[in-house]
Formats: sequence, structure tokens, C-alpha cells
Amino acid sequence: MPTETRKEVYKTMVRTSVMDDIFYLAQRQGRISFYMTCSGEEASVVASAAALNQSDEVFAQYREQGLFLWRGFGLDEVANQCCSTTKDPGKGRQMPVHYGSKELHVHTISSPLGTQLPHAVGAAYHMKLKEEKRIAACYFGEGASSEGDFHAALNFASTLQCPVLFLCRNNGYAISTPTEEQYHGDGVLSRGQGYGIDALRVDGNDAIAVYAAVSDARSKCLSTQSPVLLELVTYRSGHHSTSDDSTRYRDPDELQSVGHQLSAIDRFRAYLYDRKLWTDQEDREFRDHVRAECLHALEAAERERKPPVTGMMSDVYETVPKHLHEQQYAALHQMGVDDL
Amino acid sequence: MQRGGKFLEGALRRGSLARSTGIARRAMASMTGRDALNSALDEELARDSRVFVLGEEVASYEGAYKVTKGLLKKYGEDRVVDTPITEAGFSGLATGAAFYGLKPVCEFMTFNFAMQGIDQIVNSAAKTLYMSSGDIKCPVVFRGPNGASAGVGAQHSQCFAAWYGSVPGLKVITPYDAEDNRGLLKAAIRDNNPVIFLENEIMYGKTFEVDDAVLDPEFTLPIGKAKIMREGKDATVVGYARSVDSSLIAAEELAKEGISVEVINLRTIRPMDYETIFKSLKKTGRLITVEEGWPQSGIGAEIGAAVLESEAMFFLDAPLVRVTGADLPTPYAKNLEDLAFPQAQDVVQGVKNALGQTIASAAATTI
Repeated sequence: MPTETRKEVYKTMVRTSVMDDIFYLAQRQGRISFYMTCSGEEASVVASAAALNQSDEVFAQYREQGLFLWRGFGLDEVANQCCSTTKDPGKGRQMPVHYGSKELHVHTISSPLGTQLPHAVGAAYHMKLKEEKRIAACYFGEGASSEGDFHAALNFASTLQCPVLFLCRNNGYAISTPTEEQYHGDGVLSRGQGYGIDALRVDGNDAIAVYAAVSDARSKCLSTQSPVLLELVTYRSGHHSTSDDSTRYRDPDELQSVGHQLSAIDRFRAYLYDRKLWTDQEDREFRDHVRAECLHALEAAERERKPPVTGMMSDVYETVPKHLHEQQYAALHQMGVDDL
Repeated sequence: MQRGGKFLEGALRRGSLARSTGIARRAMASMTGRDALNSALDEELARDSRVFVLGEEVASYEGAYKVTKGLLKKYGEDRVVDTPITEAGFSGLATGAAFYGLKPVCEFMTFNFAMQGIDQIVNSAAKTLYMSSGDIKCPVVFRGPNGASAGVGAQHSQCFAAWYGSVPGLKVITPYDAEDNRGLLKAAIRDNNPVIFLENEIMYGKTFEVDDAVLDPEFTLPIGKAKIMREGKDATVVGYARSVDSSLIAAEELAKEGISVEVINLRTIRPMDYETIFKSLKKTGRLITVEEGWPQSGIGAEIGAAVLESEAMFFLDAPLVRVTGADLPTPYAKNLEDLAFPQAQDVVQGVKNALGQTIASAAATTI
């Protein structure tokens, strides 16, 4: 990982983590309805994002906000999406954390698990036919790898030979289901072999290892125009979402030993200090700065207006059909708005 | 009944005349929608060893919505099974277990996710008895929350009543309150056909008053029979699940204006109780259907067609009014979401439209 990139990766990991803290608390305070953190998985997501090209098409699950930030998604966009305001790029249509961006080449987050895998393969197939110099990168959790779509996607990627990079965040839990109950095989790695796909297991909490593995995997994907599967072994040190309380099913000792002692952020920071690339004071100042940025974005979003009703009927189809025009007129009339 | 007997015993033993006058009143209890489901599952697990529960998070986590709370502890891992994340997988597994002779109760975290297993539900569970010329039964219950919740967006808010309601081979049930939850879930589990049991998340936390009789372990309700929640003579409002709630609120409001509305709780979508609807229509002459689902090919459409092709048609004094969800994927922002689903006010407006008191522009909730 080039030296300049190391600092940027670390800073984005910290930005992701601080943002998560603030928005999680915001939900607890009733300011937003829902949130999902990626605590513990910052290296898996940000370091991998850094090793991809900005134009690689990304299909993610819902715990990859670090990639969005790496690619340039703003904190204001995050806040406007979570608060569902008129400035939300998603036009107030999606639950919080369901971001998407055409310019940043990240497909809009979709809730049903695993459906993004065949999508990624389809996109990669197109790239192969058009000889585009880019790949499709697909993130998913080990829980989602149990879905039927995972198997279909891997089989197709292999038989059709598509330049798709499968990135599994094996974080130990799928809501409360631990990996011992999710599968009895050798993780998700072994399945790659079953489908004839080159696969590698990586320490997902080692930012440098993740970067190296993803860079290599990406080159391979591109040069051989075939799929690669990476299993990033990491740890979900937060709850599944704000609707979950993992203290109900998780051993606190495990959280302490695995979650905190093997923390991706702590490890990378220690490395940067050791190489004299970063200092304690810079760290504190940076965190304070990010915190202020996040709070500012959140407060600004809270003051924003809600999305307009005139935007509710668009995008059901490419052009708004007659009956929806009529319903919109009727809805606005009911609200007492007649002059449009 | 046994409970009444115990009450009597207790009243007499305490020798209080004042207490014994309570025997004349119907004994009531209160329970939440969730507890009604939980107690039904508990009793059926105890009653029949072939019954078992499976799904994501149902066992150790006690259910994503706590409907299966306490069941793992009571019945063990063999009867309450946590599955990996694959709706296609575990709905197939449930179907196969039912083919074999067990009675699985398969939970979907929401019916929105059941789409990932819908082939198993329709092509395997629903059609196999027919395709095997009666050899292979499928006594499975697929249950879980259906329809709108609050602030969960398009992929968590769809109502599947119309989709499953069109499939021969399935029974489709849509309970509203605690009495429905208990009686119909128990009936569904005892039924030997594949049953789709569409619950509503918002009713889980709501508390309902129930007759003591509802608490009896042998209490069941007949599948395919609607219930008249409120009698009336000016208009018939037909709803199911949460729509019954908005319909009852609307009826209360309309009563203040002297409009008497009869509210029917469908309870079952398939087989649908057309008789009760026709009988009510003959009395009132006006029909308003209420549903959270989309208008085209929805439950209101089915009821309308059924009326049109029968002699009940001649009792219509006004066109059918369908109050439905807006014809678009559910938006998330609260102001937009509220507009996307029928509220009590929309039902009030629908009834008034049927009664001829339309406003100048097209009715907001009809197409």
C-alpha cells in the first residue's frame, strides 16, 4: 500500500467509525429511525475500497458505508439520507443506510440478502462482452452467503467466466446466528473451490493485508477475465442494527478479546505511529474535526424540509403514467394545495 | 366450560355474593396480538408432537419480533429450529418435512423475504397434493408479518394477500386482533393443507380485550368465515388485518354524523366468505373495500368482480369504492409513507363517496 494511501485509508476508517458512533446515538436519541454501524469492519471495507478503481462497479450489502465515504460520498449526503430530507439523493424513498450513487459507481443498497450477487455477475458479464477495463466488486456477509442467490452467482461467474470480485465479510454473526450455526464447511472460502473459483482467505482486520489481497485479486480478475473470491475474516463488534441488542447473545469476554484487542483501527494506528506517519495529537485533532463535521451535517439535515409530495409519484416508471398524475393531483388537493 | 367452572368455584368458596354476580357478566381478559400468537404456538406444540417451528432467529433470539418467546426453552432445539439465512432453503425444508408427515410452522421474518422462497411455497407446497393425485399432503403453515409496518421502506412493506390469495391449493388467512390470532393460528396448524398466515407487525404490540373462552386451549376459529365487527345499515366496509382497524375508527367517526357503517373483518382471504359480504351488501346497498395492498388485481378487485358476477350486483346503489394503498413502491419518508397507505380518513371519505357525497376532484383513494 503506497505511503500516501495508508494515511488516507486510516483517516477514512476513522471517519467511518466516528460517523457510525454519532448516527447510532442519533437513533438512540430518536433523531433518526434506524441505523447500522460497521464497527470492527473498517479495514475490510475501506482498505478493499482503496484497492479498487473508482470506476469498478460496486454491489454492496448494507455495512459498506466506509466504501461510500472512500469514494467521496459526503457526510451531508449521509445525514440527508438518514433524515430523509428534500436533499436526500434517494428522494426520501429508502430506510437509513440504503445509500446509492450512480457517479460513484455504487449500486443502491437493497434489503433482501444476497440478491446483489447475481446482479454483480450480470454487470461483470457485460463488462467482459464490451471489453471494459474494469470489474464488478460484490460485498456480502457470511450469513448472506447461505442464500440461494450466492450459489447461483458463483456458478454463473465461473461457467461464464466473468470479471467479478466477490468480497465476503465474514464477521462472525448474522444478527444472532454465529458462524458455527451458519455453515459447517470451511467458511465461505471452500465454496469457491467447489465452483472452480480461485479463493483466498484474508485477515480482514489487517488493512495492509486487505489492500494487498484485493489489489492482486483485482488484477487477476481483470487480466484473466474470471471471478475471484476473497473471504475477509473480521469481527462485528457492534450490534446488527439499532433494532438489535447483541448483549443478549454475545459473550462479553469474546467482545473484549476479539473485538477490542484485535481492533482494525487500533492495529493500523499503532502501525502508523511506529512508521512515524501519524501522531497521537494528529489523531485526536482529526477525530474532533470529524465529530464536528458529522454533528454539523446531522443538525443541518434535521433542519431541512421533508421530500416534496410532488416527487412521490415519479420513477415508478420511466415517465409518470396518467393515473399517477391524477392521484398526485388528488393527494395535493386533499392537502389543500391547488396551485401548481 | 372449565374456566367458567373454576371461576364459579372460586366465587362460591370465597362466599362472596358480590363476587358471584360476576358470573352473569362475560369474563374478559386482555392480551396483545403477539401474546395471542405465542400462546397459540405454545399450545399446539404441546398438543401435537409433529408440530415444530423453524425460521431465522426463532429459537435463541426468541424471534425477530419475539413471537416465539420462551418456546425454545420449553420445547428444545428439535422442536424450535434456527435456520441459516436462506428462505428458498428453509421454505423448501419445511415443505419437505410436511410431505413426510410433520407439521412445520415456518416463520418468515417478513413475507417480503418469502419472495426468495416463493417457488417452494407455490410450486411445491401449494400444488403437490393435486399433482400427486392426492398422495402427498403438505400440512405446513407459513407465517410472519405482512403489509405495512412503520418506516421500513418499499422492500419491507408489501402486502401479499392478493398474490397468495390467487393460488389454488393454499389457504390464506389474515388475522386482525388477538382473538383472530389465537383462533386462526391454531386452526391453521391443525389444518392439513398448506396455509399462508399473514400477520401484521403493528398489531403485535396492540392490546385487545378477549373473551375468556378465547383463552381455552381448544379454542379455534373456522377458516373461511368472516366476522361482522360492527353492525350497520348505510354502507358495508370490508377490510382485513390492519385495515379493520382504520375501518372501525372510520365507522366510529361516521356514526357521529349519523352514518351507520357495517364493518366486516374478512379473517380469511382464501377461501373468501363471499356470502357474508353479499348478505351485508343486500342490507346496505353500498360497498367499500379497504386494503393496504396495491389497487390493481387486489382484494378489492376480487370482491368487486365477485359482486358483479352474482345477483348481489342488483343490490348495489352506488359504484364499488376501493380504498387501497397508493400504486407505487412504499416510500420511506414519514410524510410520504402516510400518504401511501389508507388512513381512517380515507375510509371515511370512501364511505361518503359511496353515499354520493363526492368532492369536486376525483376521490383521492380510488382509481
